[in-house]
Amino acid sequence: MKSQKFWAWLVFALGAAYFIIPLAATFEFSLRMRRGEYSFDAYASVFSDPQFAASFTYSVIVGLFTIVVGILVVVPAVYFVRLRMPWLRPFMEFVTLLPLVIPALVLVYGYIRLYGSSSLIPFTGSVFGTNILLTCAYVTLAMPYMYRAVDNGMRTIDIGTLTEAAQIMGANQLQIIGKIILPNILVAILSGAFLTFAIVIGEFTIASLLNRPAFGPYLVGIGTNRAYEPAALAIISFIITWGAMGMINVLGRFAPRTSARTD
Amino acid sequence: MPAFLEVQNLVKSFGSNTVVKGVNFAFDKGEFISLLGPSGCGKTTILRMIAGFERPTSGAIRVDGDDITHLKPNQRKLGMVFQAYALFPNMTVGENIAFGLKIAGMPADQRRARVDEMLKLIGLPGFEKRYPYEMSGGQQQRVALARAIAPKPRLLLLDEPLSALDAKIRVSLREEIRAIQRDLGITTVFVTHDQEEAMSISDRIVVMNAGNIEQLGAAHDIYNRPATRFVATFVGQLNTLPAGLLPGATGERAIRPELISLAPRPETDLTLTGTIADLHFLGSVQRLRVDVGGTLLNIDTFNNQTKPLQRGDTVTLHLAQKDLLTLGA
Ligand SMILES: Nc1ncnc2c1ncn2[C@@H]1O[C@H](COP(=O)(O)OP(=O)(O)O)[C@@H](O)[C@H]1O
Ligand SMILES: [Mg+2]
Repeated sequence: MKSQKFWAWLVFALGAAYFIIPLAATFEFSLRMRRGEYSFDAYASVFSDPQFAASFTYSVIVGLFTIVVGILVVVPAVYFVRLRMPWLRPFMEFVTLLPLVIPALVLVYGYIRLYGSSSLIPFTGSVFGTNILLTCAYVTLAMPYMYRAVDNGMRTIDIGTLTEAAQIMGANQLQIIGKIILPNILVAILSGAFLTFAIVIGEFTIASLLNRPAFGPYLVGIGTNRAYEPAALAIISFIITWGAMGMINVLGRFAPRTSARTD
Repeated sequence: MPAFLEVQNLVKSFGSNTVVKGVNFAFDKGEFISLLGPSGCGKTTILRMIAGFERPTSGAIRVDGDDITHLKPNQRKLGMVFQAYALFPNMTVGENIAFGLKIAGMPADQRRARVDEMLKLIGLPGFEKRYPYEMSGGQQQRVALARAIAPKPRLLLLDEPLSALDAKIRVSLREEIRAIQRDLGITTVFVTHDQEEAMSISDRIVVMNAGNIEQLGAAHDIYNRPATRFVATFVGQLNTLPAGLLPGATGERAIRPELISLAPRPETDLTLTGTIADLHFLGSVQRLRVDVGGTLLNIDTFNNQTKPLQRGDTVTLHLAQKDLLTLGA
């Protein structure tokens, strides 16, 4: 018993070290901007750069739009497939996995070919059009996570019977999705939303190829031009991402509770 | 008086599988009707067609003179209670009960009054702030009943509403449902596979088998004058007496266990002799299993024996010619 526990702890410690040592080293390095003593100068330098605020704000806004569009696409799709076309589910599973299999580079080159300024629908011809295209690309990138989060949420409630219970009391489809389905899977949706947010904040390939001033390209640009700021930025984006993940955990406590009892 | 709920030549097929095969019935306002039959006989399918969740392959459904066959469920003004309660988990008890009222556009103060009235009716006053997961199954199902009847539906439909509950609550809740139904005079269709449940609460029972109606009538008629062999065997206990067991009988006959007694009664005119193969003391009733020439008969007698019976005792059974059932097809 004792030795088993020892080995379990050892494996855990090795795994944790794998993540923590580089992180700690990065953090330590980010504090060494001032010669001879530790300081937060690198962080001050990052925060005082107007580019930082601008690119971060841009990515947050794109992230919010991505979440809204993702929810509007995924929730009704998952709901109707589960309710009316359950035989389509394996196909949905497959399609929503594609963004994990197809490199973002392929996706964005496809976009540039399809929506380039010389094409029939020249999305990339204007800044606004390119922003829309970027949002659509992010909806696609986040699809595997959003789909699974929402699908899991709907698995925990009996959407068929709840739908019928609402219908017989006079509710229409919109009222059912808005008043019954959405509130009951809100926690699942939010966890999908935080994952989406984490993806959008760090994404580089698509934003850079579409030439948008997003946070990802800014990070990379800083990384090639400065010494201490990249380390500070790495720590900051790590905190943002893990903050988003932590929120998912906190929200899990508010998930709807099952009430199946026989007494 | 025209019928309040009328179902005409109702047929439902799933692909090539016809599960409801031309069902007809008509019921009056305020009746409590049970659809009774074994699992898979099409009871739920009929109820779901009345509710509008399944589209009939052919036939018509009328409520209070309106043809509702092709209406959407949310246009029918019906109430339904499901086996799994199906309360909305994100809403409190009060919000659940008010849901249909809100959809119908009732003002908030009237809604509150109606919710209070419903909570009193189901014996859960003061529970409006609770969430479903904080309540027992029986309480949840009572809330589901209140939610269904709050908007004053034209029909109340219940699909095995007690099946998910423990035996004790099942009995008390079915009495409560019946009392509330009688109080409000609401026409009710109750689906169950439990013949005791159906007999104890219904005005009339539709006994079904394999998509057809076998018999339609009051519990008393169905029990005492079963129309078919299926009804006779499905509803209540039955002893079959093979041809030759009874003197003078040409074919097979059947008799209910409580119509065989160990002592003569004024109406008894037949006797059989056998030995007790088994006996169960159930309190007010004693159930005997008597071997009569190789045929085992179940006999229910009231607990009024002066000397206790023993396995192996020889007994004389008394029965009346008029109580014998001839089973048809
Ligand atoms: N949606 C459906 N698709 C195919 N077959 C169904 C469907 N619903 C019910 N059935 C079949 O119809 C028959 C009757 O079902 P049901 O009405 O639920 O029976 P009951 O409620 O009497 O137990 C069953 O054989 C069942 O398998
Ligand atoms: Mg059923």
